Amino acid sequence: MAERVLMKGNEAIAEAAIRAGCRHYFGYPITPQTEIAAYMAKRMPKIGGVFLQAESEIASINMVYGAAAAGMRVMTSSSSPGISLKSEGLSYIAGSDVPAFVVNVQRGGPGLGGIQPSQSDYFQATKGGGHGDYRMIVLAPASVQEMASLTVKGFNLADKYRMTAMILADGTIGQMMEPISFEDVEVETYDKPWALTGTGMKREHNIVNSLYLKPDELERTNFQRYEKYRTVEESEALWEEYLMEDAEICVTAFGIAARVAKNAVAAARAEGIKAGLIRPITLWPFPKAALRRAADQVKAFVSVELNMGQMIEDIRLATECRRPVSLCNRTGGMIPSPDQVLSSIQAAAGCRDGRLSEGQMTSPAQKGGN
Amino acid sequence: MKTTQILIAGFGGQGILFAGKFLAYKGLLEDLQVSWLPSYGPEMRGGTANCSVILSETPVGSPIITDPDVLIVMNLPSLQKYVDAVVPGGQIYVDSTLIHEKVERTDVDVFYIPATQMASDAGVSTLANMVLMGHVLKNNPQLTFDGTETTVQKLVPPTKQQLVDLNMKALQAGRDYQP
Repeated sequence: MAERVLMKGNEAIAEAAIRAGCRHYFGYPITPQTEIAAYMAKRMPKIGGVFLQAESEIASINMVYGAAAAGMRVMTSSSSPGISLKSEGLSYIAGSDVPAFVVNVQRGGPGLGGIQPSQSDYFQATKGGGHGDYRMIVLAPASVQEMASLTVKGFNLADKYRMTAMILADGTIGQMMEPISFEDVEVETYDKPWALTGTGMKREHNIVNSLYLKPDELERTNFQRYEKYRTVEESEALWEEYLMEDAEICVTAFGIAARVAKNAVAAARAEGIKAGLIRPITLWPFPKAALRRAADQVKAFVSVELNMGQMIEDIRLATECRRPVSLCNRTGGMIPSPDQVLSSIQAAAGCRDGRLSEGQMTSPAQKGGN
Repeated sequence: MKTTQILIAGFGGQGILFAGKFLAYKGLLEDLQVSWLPSYGPEMRGGTANCSVILSETPVGSPIITDPDVLIVMNLPSLQKYVDAVVPGGQIYVDSTLIHEKVERTDVDVFYIPATQMASDAGVSTLANMVLMGHVLKNNPQLTFDGTETTVQKLVPPTKQQLVDLNMKALQAGRDYQP
């Protein structure tokens, strides 16, 4: 077994990206993801790669667009307000069908919000933060090890489908350290005959572009792109199930919320409540089949989210509202305690009402300006 | 040991995060599951800083600690903020050079160590955090002082191995302290 080392989630992303063959990083610093840029600044010059701190988020995403068009494995990273700035570029990248890898280590919003962990960019990531009809593959790691493995997967999927793969993490997973090993890195490489690498006077010019002034042409590209998206939806959804075999209450959560939820599910089991967890690992494509199956089995769903209720809409859609779905949430940088989630599970199971008691509102480690 | 949840808190600059990293690495080298979660706000520059470390024989669920088994504090605001969160039967380690208040709870074990003074006396004035760690390892039934030097060697960058001796000096002072 490869040696386990202790690493921050952000550093794990950077190291995994390098191992996945990324040699171009363009970014602009913002808390809580700056360790990614710092790591790249240190490493890239030593391995013949490019690290560039651009003058803004907008500049950096367009540098990503350029390097991607040239067929390079390229990435950028930012946090919520920075991703909003990059969204125009993400739309252009989608409209041009080039592969890019983007990381959003979310913080509280809207606006400048705060710097503490959040999951309130779910809509932005899964429904398209930029304009136009497009999708991104959205990966939601729940551990430092997954920060690395899903980074490699993200690069592979981006190249495979010529689209953006985004890691949607949060400040906690980005900042925390856990043991990690890099033994499982499986790098896939894809031919890129479409890339702008120079014709060598041997072929026609390749063109990378998102401008189609003729409506019928633009419509055709959109239909073709959605064919591709359908393939992604059919074949790339990932999720984890925990104690779902005989579950009557299905808790759903991704990222850091799923870790809190897991503790709560275990606590509910200890009280005799048959709770289980479905943790979407890809948020787009959303693991609809797993949710649909669960709807045949469970009495109710509880969606645990660090936002005002975003993924809950996809759960209702996937299950066609056949079972009640309740929300257990904190926002603004707050994280629910396992007790709060347990209360919601108890309420869903009909044990008691799920309102927060005074003691559950604030966990000790979150009191004050932290 | 099943799971030990350790919360370390103090001012930014006191080495709170480093102390946590030391415990996490020690757990890692003992083949435990570990997590380390820092506070990362502006408070790290002179305000309050804290760090949550979980050591466990089973995979760590949430890395966020709400009820610590062990609380280690290096300033008064941190003691006041977290004292009531410690589980009954838990332990509180207090740097008594910097904190003059006593803990009123009677259902926890409290250790008062003049860590900052001891570090200063030993000529390692920036390592009060490691003095405390030495005392924690000695007195917590779930932890052990064994393997400390290997951990410090791992933790200190290869180019700065001269710091290993200084850290060990602080750790040993903490281990040997008798109230």
